[in-house]
Parts: sequence; C-alpha cells; structure tokens
Amino acid sequence: MNLHAVRAIYAFELGRTLRTLFQSIASPVISTSLYFIVFGSAIGSRMQTIDGVSYGAFIVPGLIMLALLTESISNASFGIYLPRFTGTIYELLSAPVSAIEALMGYVGAAATKSVILGLIILGTARLFVPFEIVHPVWAAAFLVLISVSFSLFGFILGLWADGFEKLQVVPIMIITPLTFLGGTFYSVSMLPPAWRTVTLFNPIVYLVNGFRWSFYGQSDIAVGFSLSMIGVFMAVCLGIVVWIFRTGWRLRS
Amino acid sequence: MASSPPRPIVSIKGLEKTYASGHRALKGVDLEVHAGEIFALLGPNGAGKTTLIGIVCGLVRATAGTVIADGHDIAQDYRAARAKIGLVPQELATDMFETVWHAVNFSRGLFGKPRDHAKVEEVLRALSLWDKRNAKIGALSGGMKRRVLIAKALSHEPSILFLDEPTAGVDVELRRDMWDMVRRLREQGVTIILTTHYIEEAEEMADRIGVIDQGEIILIEEKHALMEKLGRTRITIGLKEPLAAIPPMLADERLALAGDGRTLVLTLMGEGEGAQGAADLIKRLGAEGIDFTTIDTVKSSLEDIFVDLVGKRP
Repeated sequence: MNLHAVRAIYAFELGRTLRTLFQSIASPVISTSLYFIVFGSAIGSRMQTIDGVSYGAFIVPGLIMLALLTESISNASFGIYLPRFTGTIYELLSAPVSAIEALMGYVGAAATKSVILGLIILGTARLFVPFEIVHPVWAAAFLVLISVSFSLFGFILGLWADGFEKLQVVPIMIITPLTFLGGTFYSVSMLPPAWRTVTLFNPIVYLVNGFRWSFYGQSDIAVGFSLSMIGVFMAVCLGIVVWIFRTGWRLRS
Repeated sequence: MASSPPRPIVSIKGLEKTYASGHRALKGVDLEVHAGEIFALLGPNGAGKTTLIGIVCGLVRATAGTVIADGHDIAQDYRAARAKIGLVPQELATDMFETVWHAVNFSRGLFGKPRDHAKVEEVLRALSLWDKRNAKIGALSGGMKRRVLIAKALSHEPSILFLDEPTAGVDVELRRDMWDMVRRLREQGVTIILTTHYIEEAEEMADRIGVIDQGEIILIEEKHALMEKLGRTRITIGLKEPLAAIPPMLADERLALAGDGRTLVLTLMGEGEGAQGAADLIKRLGAEGIDFTTIDTVKSSLEDIFVDLVGKRP
C-alpha cells in the first residue's frame, strides 16, 4: 500500500479547497442560508408542522443533502477532471499508485470536504431554526456514507466528462431536480398517490428520508431500506471505478 | 563504465502497440539501455518515440511485448518498476496555481517516498529553482516550468530518467543548462533516456543513439561508432583551370568533378579517414601539376546521417 501517495493526493486536494475557500465553502453556505430565509422563515412560518416537526426544521436534512450531493459530485469530478484537462494526470498514471489508492486520495478528500461543508450548513441552519438530532450517530453515518458515495459518483463523472460543460450538466440537470423532487421541501406522504409511486423511483428520496429519520426519528421510508439503497449505489460506483482503472478507459490509451 | 560490461537497466522485448484507430505505432521493438548511460532516441515526428516512452512509464498499454525496468516487469511489478522511473513529459503540463515547493513535494509522495524536505531542497537547488520555491508555477516562464517538471521527476530519486523532447521550445541558453544538468545527473549514476528531434542534442550529449522510424528501431549504435561508420567527410577543391575530365592518374571512385570542371569533390566515408584523404589528394594534385585555389572540408553531422538513414526507407 502506497500510503505516502494516498496522503499526498489527499493533502493536495484539500489544499486546493483551501485555496478556493470562498467558492468551496462560502457559496454553498450562502445559498443554503437563502433557502432557510425564504422557505424556512418567510414561507415556513405560514406552514403547518409536518409530522409534528416545524417546517423550518423539516427542511434542514433535505437542504444539507442538497448541498452534500452537489458539492460531493462537483468536488470529486473537478478533482480528477482538472489533471486530465491540464495534462498533469500523466504523473498519477506513471506513479506506483493503484486504483484503490488513487480513489482513497481523491474521493477521500472530496468526501472530507463535503462532510465539513455539511457540518457548517448544519451549524448555519441552527442559527435560523431550532432543532435537535434524535440519532446523532446515524446522522453522522449518513453524512459520511452519502458524501463518500456521491464523491465516488463525481469521480466517475470526472473521468467520463470530456468538457467542462458535461461536468456542470450532471449536477445541475440531474442531481438538483432529483433532490428537489426527492422530498427536500415536502413529505412524500403529502403527494397524491400516483406521484408518490413515481417518487419512489427517485433514489434521492431514500437518502433524504434516511437522513431525516436520523434527525427526527420519523421517515416516509424504512431506514433499513434507505441504508441498503445507499449501499447499492456505493457498490455500483465502486465497481465502475475499479473497471475504469483496470481497463484504463479515458486514462490510458 | 567503459571497463565493466554494460548492465542493461531497461530491457524492451518485442514491444508492439496498435492503437484503437488501427495505427501500428510500434512494430516489435527490442531495445536495451545500459545503466548509467545517456541514450538518445532519435526519430521523425510520429515515429513512435512518445508511445515507447509512454509504455515504459505506464501511460500507454502495450499490445504485446515485455519491458523490464531496473529488474522489475512494468506490468507485473508496476509498483517497483515505476518507483525507479522519472518522467519529464513533452507537454508543459503543470498545476498553475500550486507553488513549486508543494508540487515537488507532492510528486515525491505520489511515488511512495516519505517526506524529506532536505532532499527536495537539494533537487530544487540543483535546478536553480530554490529561489522560486514559493512562486506559483503558472507565474513562471516556460523554461522554468520545464525545470519544475524535471524537479518533479527527480523528487523520488529515480534511477532511470525519461526526458521526452526536453529542449523543445527552450532557448539556447537554457538548452545548455539542461545539457549540463543531464550530464551531472549521469555522473550521479542516473540513466537518462531522451527523445529528441534536435540531432544537435543527441550529438552533444548521448553515449548511444537509437534511431526509430515508423515504429521500428532501425539502428542502435554508440555515438562515436556511428559517426565513424556513417559519417562522411567531403573535401571540395576549387581549381584554377577547369578540367574536362578527371585525369587517369587521379581516378578514384570517390572523386567527382563538378561546377563546369572547376571543382573537385572527394567524398570519404568514416570520420578518421578525412584528414589523411585530403592530404593524399593534394599531394597527387601537386604531382599532376594541377593548380588549385581553395580547399574546403565539411564533416557530416549526425543530422546528415539521420536524414540519410530515414530518407532511404520507403
């Protein structure tokens, strides 16, 4: 195991975050704060509670999730796409580094950044609405698992993309809509039955609900099922990454 | 080095590469590079130089064949093999926003070496980059960026260094510096393999030269032996009075009459023969009573040899 390499990549990627601190941390925090002001305070004060949770508090897990997914994907995809774009990837490819080590470095750094961001947003949310976390250990587990799985997904995206456009299209065109439609701002049970069924095909519903369960102890979907969905997603992503490194797809000619 | 038999440090056998497009970039290349030498791989654009380097360094997958680098198979034992190799790519691919210091330390870690600030400092000082260690790479000139790439390649103390077109787009002064640096590295025992299409570069630095064309190694020779074997000396003598034909006394297949009979051209093969050949001819001209006004001797360069070699191929 080339741990020096893992550490080097990890530190290098986190260093990149520190250099772009405003873009990395401040902008998601600002946009999440705006959601809290608009949905939590302005609109939420006129809304009834959902399953005994105030609307402002209800949307906290979903909003953290929204930031977590988009940031994990964009950080991890950018982290590996940038060296491909500038050509510095040659160094990684010529180094005694295995696929798993490269993943630990890149995905680990992206996921770390997402977890930190999630915690910052959680703290920001606390300034707007009062809430308590019923299952803090599970909340932490969800935070980490989701950051890692979506960083993995982002890593694949960064390998697949052949232009900056594609890098941005997936988070904006797929992840954001799925998150919005995944019960971030509402309970799935509030939908008419037909739409409720459609919603269950949205994988993000399971993430948002699992995370919300860890906060308030209640969810539209059984927690075990949410967890296994995340597990499946992570396994698929891992499988794809291992295949990519084995075949050299988009990496080695 | 000259006394002991050469130890192969890179052994390439039957290396083939066919790209997905169907282009056969390498057609069964066999090559041995000796430990401690400077080996220059010469070839026109598209000859397969970069593909060859790419395979040894892990950037390109070989279709067939084996490569052993410092005792390790690059496919089966890639970790050990790659840890011994440093690569300076042709393109100036750098992390624009990183400082020189961070970038070089990063490279060392990536190649599995523990942090060693003293070692990195030594590398930077040797490349005159120490003063620039806190500069962002993007702010450096092209020549300095090239040095950063070399520093990165040397950061993990490789025993084999690949330089892919090291002086492409580099000004003359920097090119001299680079050559000095490469020689210093060799003195430290690093084996250097460089590709170039500046023949001057190979002539100046290399111990041995390989010529690759259309995916095949067409020649591998010690530089001096190559010059000796394929080098030419052309002696041009301007005559006072034009000759209608070469006098029988002078008849020599190597001698030709040119410029309306006012010029005699003697072409000699090999390096050593030159001076003697010219002296002989002058003596014989004197004996024949042929007066001449000018003597011009031109030794062929490696470039001529190269053009000859590659040009003759279909």
